[in-house]
This record gives sequence, C-alpha cells and structure tokens, in this order.
Amino acid sequence: MEQLKTIGRELAMGSQGGFGQSKEFLDLVKSIGEARSKAEEDRIVLHEIETLKRRISEPDIPKRKMKEYIIRLVYFEMLGHDASFGYIHAVKMTHDDTLLLKRTGYLAVTLFLNDDHDLIILIVNTIQKDLRSDNYLVVCAALNAVCRLINEETIPAVLPQVVDLLSHSKEAVRKKAIMALHRFYQKSPSSVSHLVSNFRKRLCDNDPGVMGATLCPLFDLITIEVHSYKDLVVSFVSILKQVAERRLPKSYDYHQMPAPFIQIRLLKILALLGSGDKQASENMYTVVGDILRKCDSSSNIGNAVLYECVCCVSSIYPNPKLLEVAADVISRFLKSDSHNLKYMGIDSLGRLIKMSPEIAEQHQLAVIDCLEDPDDTLKRKTFELLYKMTKSSNVEVIVDRMIDYMISINDNHYKTYIASRCVELAEQFAPSNHWFILTMNKVFEHAGDLVNVKVAHNLMRLIAEGFGEDDDAADSQLRSSAVESYLHIIGEPKLPSVFLQVICWVLGEYGTADGKYSASYITGKLCDVAEACSNDETVKAYAVTAIMKIYAFEIAAGRKVDMLHECQSLVEELSASHSTDLQQRAYELQAVICLDAHAVENIIPSDASCEDVEIDKNLSFLNSYVQQSLENGAQPYIPETGRSGMSDTINFRSQDQPEASMHGLRFEAYELPKPPVPSRMHTASLEPSTELVPVSEPAYSRDTHQVATVPSVSDAGSSELKLRLDGVQKKWGRPAYSSSAPSTSSSTSQNTVNGVTQVDAAGSVISKAHKTNDSRKPRVEISPEKQKLAASLFGGSSQTEKRPTTASHKVTKAGSHAAGKKSQAPKSAVVSNQVTVEKTIHQPPPDLLDLGEPAVPSATPSVDPFKQLEGLLDPTQVSSTANHGAVGATESPDIIALYGKTPASGHSSSAAISLPTNGDGVNFTAGLLDATISTTHAGTTLPTQSIKGLNAKDSLEKDALVRQMGVTPSSQNPNLFRDLLS
Amino acid sequence: MIRAVMVMNTQGKPRLAKFYDSQPVDKQQELIRSVFGVLCSRAENVSNFVEADSIFGPDSRIVYKHFATLYFVLVFDSSENELAMLDLIQVLVETLDKCFKNVCELDLVFNYSKIHTILDEIFFGGQVLETSSAEVMKAVEEISKLETASNSITLVPKSVSGWRGR
Repeated sequence: MEQLKTIGRELAMGSQGGFGQSKEFLDLVKSIGEARSKAEEDRIVLHEIETLKRRISEPDIPKRKMKEYIIRLVYFEMLGHDASFGYIHAVKMTHDDTLLLKRTGYLAVTLFLNDDHDLIILIVNTIQKDLRSDNYLVVCAALNAVCRLINEETIPAVLPQVVDLLSHSKEAVRKKAIMALHRFYQKSPSSVSHLVSNFRKRLCDNDPGVMGATLCPLFDLITIEVHSYKDLVVSFVSILKQVAERRLPKSYDYHQMPAPFIQIRLLKILALLGSGDKQASENMYTVVGDILRKCDSSSNIGNAVLYECVCCVSSIYPNPKLLEVAADVISRFLKSDSHNLKYMGIDSLGRLIKMSPEIAEQHQLAVIDCLEDPDDTLKRKTFELLYKMTKSSNVEVIVDRMIDYMISINDNHYKTYIASRCVELAEQFAPSNHWFILTMNKVFEHAGDLVNVKVAHNLMRLIAEGFGEDDDAADSQLRSSAVESYLHIIGEPKLPSVFLQVICWVLGEYGTADGKYSASYITGKLCDVAEACSNDETVKAYAVTAIMKIYAFEIAAGRKVDMLHECQSLVEELSASHSTDLQQRAYELQAVICLDAHAVENIIPSDASCEDVEIDKNLSFLNSYVQQSLENGAQPYIPETGRSGMSDTINFRSQDQPEASMHGLRFEAYELPKPPVPSRMHTASLEPSTELVPVSEPAYSRDTHQVATVPSVSDAGSSELKLRLDGVQKKWGRPAYSSSAPSTSSSTSQNTVNGVTQVDAAGSVISKAHKTNDSRKPRVEISPEKQKLAASLFGGSSQTEKRPTTASHKVTKAGSHAAGKKSQAPKSAVVSNQVTVEKTIHQPPPDLLDLGEPAVPSATPSVDPFKQLEGLLDPTQVSSTANHGAVGATESPDIIALYGKTPASGHSSSAAISLPTNGDGVNFTAGLLDATISTTHAGTTLPTQSIKGLNAKDSLEKDALVRQMGVTPSSQNPNLFRDLLS
Repeated sequence: MIRAVMVMNTQGKPRLAKFYDSQPVDKQQELIRSVFGVLCSRAENVSNFVEADSIFGPDSRIVYKHFATLYFVLVFDSSENELAMLDLIQVLVETLDKCFKNVCELDLVFNYSKIHTILDEIFFGGQVLETSSAEVMKAVEEISKLETASNSITLVPKSVSGWRGR
C-alpha cells in the first residue's frame, strides 16, 4: 500500500496532477497485474484494445489523453498484443510541436516500427526538421529515432543533418550524432564510407564522453581493417594512459575506477591493433602492465578491466613479464568463490594457453572443479577450454566427458554443438579406429538426429577404407568389430535414422565379409530394421540395398541363396510402395537374385565401395544413334540458350539452370546443384543441418585473434555449400584414397605419440603432483579421482607445445600446412614402426595409475615425436609445392582432403549417388578420380620421404640428453622445442 | 553491440523490453519467453552469464541480475565485456532507484515512458551512452523540466476547462 502511494505521487508528478485518465490507466495496469492467468490478462487487454480502437479515432481528442492512449498501446504491445491500429496515431504525434508529445511519439514509433515499415516514410520529413531544431532535446529525440528507424534507403535523407550535428555545441548531441553515424555504418557501410574520417577527428574532441563514444565505431572499423589504423596506436595508448592516471574529471569515475568503460573499449582496440605486430605491441606493454598492477580487483568493474587486460595481453605480441602478471590474474579469478570470476578465469585461461600452454597445469584442479560445477554456463565454458587443450593423449578423457554431458542435457542446440565437437575431436585425435567407432556409436545413439549427415558419411568412409591399403588384416578387423558392435546395438529401440542408415550400409557391405555371421542372420536383422522403421523410407532404402548386396555376395561366392520368408514379404511390400525409389530398389533386388554368379559379380563387386565410378558426361556412346537419327531426318538438338524465339518456354524451363543469360547481375547466391536423384535421397542429404561446420582451424592458428576469427566464421559459412555437396557425394560414391590417408594415418600416428606422451606424462605428473601439494597448502585433500582426471587431462602437456609453437612461428597459412602435414608426415614412420604401433595401440590414456608401465615403450617410440616435429618443419615448404593449391584451406587434414577433392569430383555427385541401385555405375568414376588420387598421393608421399631419416638421429640424441639431465619434459620442452625450431 | 534490454518479473511477465535490432512483435514475445525459460531454470548461486546462441543466434550472450521480483537482462555479442555489462545493469538499477526512491516492480509499470527516457540516456542504438547514474539523472531531470515547461505553455490554456469539467 505504501508503495502504491509512492507510485501515485510519482505518477502525479510525472503526468501533471493525477486526473481522471491516469486513474483509469492505473486501475487497468493494476487489474492486469492481478490477473490470475494469461487468459484473464488477455481478456482484459483485448477489451481495453477494443475501447481504445473506438476512442482513438474520435475526432478532437485532447493531446494529453492521446498521449496516454499511445502509452497504453505501447504497453499492450509489450505484453504481446497487436496494436498496429494505433501506429498511425503515434506517427502523427511525432509531428506535434510540444516536446512532451513529440518525445512520446518518437518513443512509440521506435518501439512500434521496424526500419522497413511503410509508415517510416511519413516520419523522415519530421526527423529532418527536428534534427535542425534549436532545442537540443528535440534533436536528441530525433537522433534516437534515427538509430532505430532509418534504413539503408533513407540514410541519405538524414545524413547531412547528422554530420552537421557532429560539431554541435552540446556534447550530448555530438555524442549521439557519433553513435547515429556508427549505426548507419552498421546498417550500410558503403553509405557512410566517405565519412569515416569523422570518427578519427572526433577522437580528439574536448569532451571525454564524445571521445569515448568514437571508440565504438573505431573498434568496429579496426576489426575489419587493422592496417589503416596502426597510426592511431600511439594516440590510443596515450589516451589510455591518461585515463588510467585519473586525468579525466571526477564525474567519469565509476566505483572509484577512472572511466572503466572507456578503458575496456581502449584495451579491446589495442588488442586488435597489437595482434601479431611487435612494434605496435611494444608501445602498449607499459600502460597495460601499469593497469594490470594497479587495478583494483575487489570490485566487479575492476575485474572487468583486469579481464580485458588479460585478453589484450594474450592477443598482442607476447611479452613474458606481462604474461606472468596475466597468469597471476587468472589464478586469482579461478580461486575466487564467485562463479562470474571463475567463468572469466576459464575464458581467459583459454586465451592465454595458446601463448603459454604450461599455465594450464597449475590450474588443473580449478578447471576440474569448474567442470563439475552445477552451473551450466561455467561447465560449457570449461568444455570450450578443454576443446582447445585436446591432444591425442587426453582425447579419450575429454570426449568421454563431453559425451556424458551431452547425454545429460536436453538443450538440442547445445547437444548438436557438443556432438559436433566430439566428432571433430574424435576424427582428429582418435588413438585407435576401434575407439573411434565406439565413440561415434555413442554420439549417434544419443544425438544421431542432430549431427550432420556428413559425419555419418565420414564414418562409413572410415570403415570402408580402414587404415589404408597396406594393412588388410587391420582393416578387416576394424570392419568386423564395427559389424559386431552394430549387431549388438541394432536391437535397441528408437535409434536415430542416420545411425540406422550407417548400420544398414556397413552390414550390407561387410556383414558377411569375415564369415562369422551367416547371410540369413544378417538379412534377418536388416529386415527387422526395415520393419521397425516403417515410416522412414530412407532407412528402408538403405536396408533393402544392404539385403541386395548380401545376396549378391552370396551368389557371387557360388552359394545357393534362399530368400528368407520375411525378406520376401518385405520385398513384395516394397514393390507396391508409394515411393518409386523403394519400388525400384525392390525390383532390382528381385532381378539381381535371378542372375548368375558372373553377372552378379560384375554388377555388385564385393568390397568395392572404395572403387570409383567413371561417368561419361558427353554420353558419347549415343553418338552413333544420334547420327543415325539425324540421317533419318530428325531435328538437330539446339541448346536451350540458343533457342531465342521462345522466351516464354525458356523462362519456364530454365528455372533450374543458372540464369546467367536472363539478368545482367545476380545478387543472390547460386542455388545448390540439384542432382537428378530420387527426391527422398536428395532431401536426406541436404537436410538443413544445424550442426556447426566443424571449424578445426582455431586449433592450429590460435595466434590470430578476434580479428581472424570473424573472417574464419564466414569462411566456414561459405564453404558450407561445398561441405554439403560433399556429403551428397560421399553417400555412395567412393571418395578418393587421398582423403582417407590423412584421417586414418593420423589416428595411428597419434597413437605412437600417445605411447610417448604416456612416459612424459607419467613423469611430469609425479613431479607436478608433488609440486601442487607442496605449494598449495590450503587444498588439503584432493580426491584421488580428481587427481586422476587432472592427470589424464593435463598430463601430456608437452604435447600441447607442438601446436602453438609451430603456429606462432609460422604465418597462419604455413602453420596450417604444417598442421595438416603433421598427421600425414609420420605415415611412413608408422609403417616402419609397425611393431610400436601394435604395442601402443591398446594402451589406456596416461594417468596416475599407470605409473608402473611406462618403462616399456620408452626406448622405441621416442624416435617418433621428434621425427614428427621435424615433419612439422620440413614438409611445410615441400608440401606447399607438392600438394597442389587445393590444400590451401586452413582446415584439419581430412577436411582439407575433402575440399581438395570437391572441385574434382563434385560434378559427378549426381551419378555417384544412384550408384548402389545401378551397379554398372561402379566402374564409371574410377578412372575419373584416379587422376585425383595419383596427384594427391604424390603430394603425400613426397614430403614423408624427405623427412624420414633426416633429423631422426639428431633428435634422438637430444631427447636422450634431456632425459639424462633429468629434466621433466613437460616443463622444459618449450625451450627444447624452440631450440629445435630455430 | 547490445541487442536487447529486458526487464521481466519472476513470473515471466515482461516489464520492459527494448530491442536494438529489428524484431517483429511476436518474435519479441518468443524471445522474452525463451529468455525467461532459461533464467528461471538457473539456480541461485551460479554465474550471471548465459550463452544464448540457441535463442538469439550465434555469438550472443546474456547477462542477468535478479533483484527482488525482477530480472534485469542484457543481451549482447562478443564485442562487450560480460563483467562490464553486469555493472551496466547495476547502473540502470541505481538510476531507477535514485529516480523512484526504493524502486519496485510497480514503479516500472506505472512510469513506462519515464523508464524509457532513462533507458535512452544509458543505451543508444545498441551502444553504451552513459555509465554514470548521476549524469543520467541530470539528463532525465532536464528533460522532464522542459517537458513540463512546454506543456504548461501550450496545453493548459487550451484544455484546462475541458478536463476540469470532467
């Protein structure tokens, strides 16, 4: 009641002596507030809207009353009701001369209208007039409206006035004019491009507030184009210095901090300007260091500035002293009790580890605490950090954690995201193919409908290609383990469609390959799948084709085929299906079964999914037929573009064609090519994937910063088209071998590395465990479980160095080359060290419990990491020449390969898709893609040979030396590596 | 850039909503609802930050603060600093408190246009305009003074008899 009185008083003050209307409004709001249900509220509001509709159109309404009506409408619209009937009245109100009404009018239109609304045109004139008004409040109100209502088309109408206001006498107006100009820039950069210099000019404004306002547009401009603003570094630094030294008026202080928001802005700008620029960065060291030291860490805003400093330090050219101070700040954040600070700590740790990876170790327990925190935001941020820290030694722990979390949440958006992360990490670091398949099974089982179809195709590809050509035994072992795990999982209810497709395909290809399971057993299972998903035609299609393959293999092997009864009924059912695709598959199956062994073997050769299909796009085999027809008097074919006389039909027909001849310019992107395939398949493969395109680039080129991440995102976006296309192709068509080489070899090579890391890790973990226990007394008891987790997460920290060091020593592009090579180079090493691979393959990730073991692999595998490291260096040059340009993309190894291949094989996608249905196709593309294979092969083998044996001895010696000196590799390796690199 | 400012009560009723990028009305409602859905499922002693990619599209975060019966929410992208945004909420609330003396939910409801005036002095077109609550107060007071002045000149003589008669 007391409050209501206060309100009454305020209301009276605000609206000139509470007369009738306000009472009514007050009652109305009160009744809405007291409404027990949404329905009741709706009823009240709808009733009121009806009344207003009537009253508002009455002639001669007192202005004050009108104002209140408008406010009511705004209020209703906020509650979610349609108040569009009142828009025009709000627009009219902006024309009013009195300030109160004009402001109300502007308020209402900015809330009601979007910048593309038809009524805007009626306001532009008023805005123009008001921008020239003598009353600065009118000008401010107009500027406010400008920000919201002016769009690209109307910018020129108000631009001159806004530019004039940049030199207005009131600083409040100058400030808003700057911001309005910034808004224009955001909406249409080209329209104000000639005015950009104004932002620089206003940076020298007498008023610090105006100066502060220019920092926002400058930040945007610098984000896009760093180089033209390098000259401002000195000015920004001196401004920041003045601010930090409290030279600004007291009124800019906030919680005893001098203008913290300006400081934050400036630090963000400096981070951009200093990234990768040693000279510019050197200017900043002093001031950033001063702020880091002096800043008050007890207040929230102080911590905000500190965080921004850390971001800046981790973005500019590294300075050891600053990194040290920044690390202190991070540890303060992480040790804090506040979740907010922990969050900031984790975030800044993620930024700093790319500069100095070793700092992650001292915070391992804090990180694990955050991982187990009930706060979802913190947890997700920590996963983000772990993602950045993943390497072959800890991938299993991290991915397991991610999957556990993925299973536990319901948020589909994040589930998709984390599933794609799991897949990405698994593809990149998988220690063994077996683990990879099990991990994929889990991901598919729990998030199958959410992951990109492309992932499914990758999985099929991996199973089909296995390790590579050299090791058939391992391949078939992989396949039978996949078959086994699928037969095990196939009975589970509600498996996602994509996963079932994979299962069907693998069972069809390899179900009977090792002779462990009989054809009738597998076909029985496939029939069950087809029956269980009676609504999913894609899965059915996969299942039928799989059955056909199984029978074909049987026939080809000379065995007698007895079709199962349930199978027969399935085929009969499908041959009467509504889907022509299913019908065709069913008839094909029936037809294939009746053929003799020789024919069948030609149609569906066994284990030939890796063969390529050649397509004769010119249809040259028809030439003689065409010739004959022409001779017989048939009309020659005129290409559609050549048929000028019948524009109508062309128009109609060529909708699917690129319309180059129709319009001079096309503004929209070209649509996806439409493969002439059964529509079912088409939609399945082009399913709008919510999955983020895996951008593995950040893992390697971390030394680029916010600047670089922006373009990289758009890069990914633009390449998405290609990726999808790729998915289409991969569905059936045999991808070139080149793409398999990196992905599979990477997993093996990582494996050998794994063995080594284990040694390192074990060693370092002991010493580290001691260290942490000694130095950090307050943490008395740390559960062994946590320690174990910590050890497995952070253990192989020596590994981390590789990524950052190479990345920071090379330019981004070269770095990514090196990264790409990293997995390819050791391939030959793997072959030669086959024994080692075998030995280390099944070893669990390093953790405390493994201390006893490490003696085993220490001698043999120690060759590899260094060789691998050499591999990082040498092939960068070699590869860039040997591997033709296609590999230039900054992507992870296998994705590079995919990209490289797309242009070559993309156009054959349509034919490749229908491959399984018409078996003859198999041989078509083979020749076509052979070329690609051979070139890429040349690319991959060449560098490997050149490294091999080059520096291996050298590095062995060094390694031995290090060990002799008793230096734990984890802490010393950075220097060692630097040594090697330089 | 700041994408939206929202104030809603603990039952999910919007008390103030301003979007700095264009959103159609029903989309706004949906956004408010989904934000509320996220906020009300969060425990007491957790961080004030939420990643909001699923609601507002890529690169968007939410910072919120819970006061009595109200949630104050800011939606923004990576060009802003989370902790600073948290303080911005503080600025907004401090200003409201100075303006209404012990501000409560009802103040927001009944002083709709005034709240928007305050908001417009702190945020401008998606950027932070002013962070000192004293400065904001000064500007707001000046506006109301001028508004009153302009009213008394033009409105009163014309309509005084009209509304006295009611």
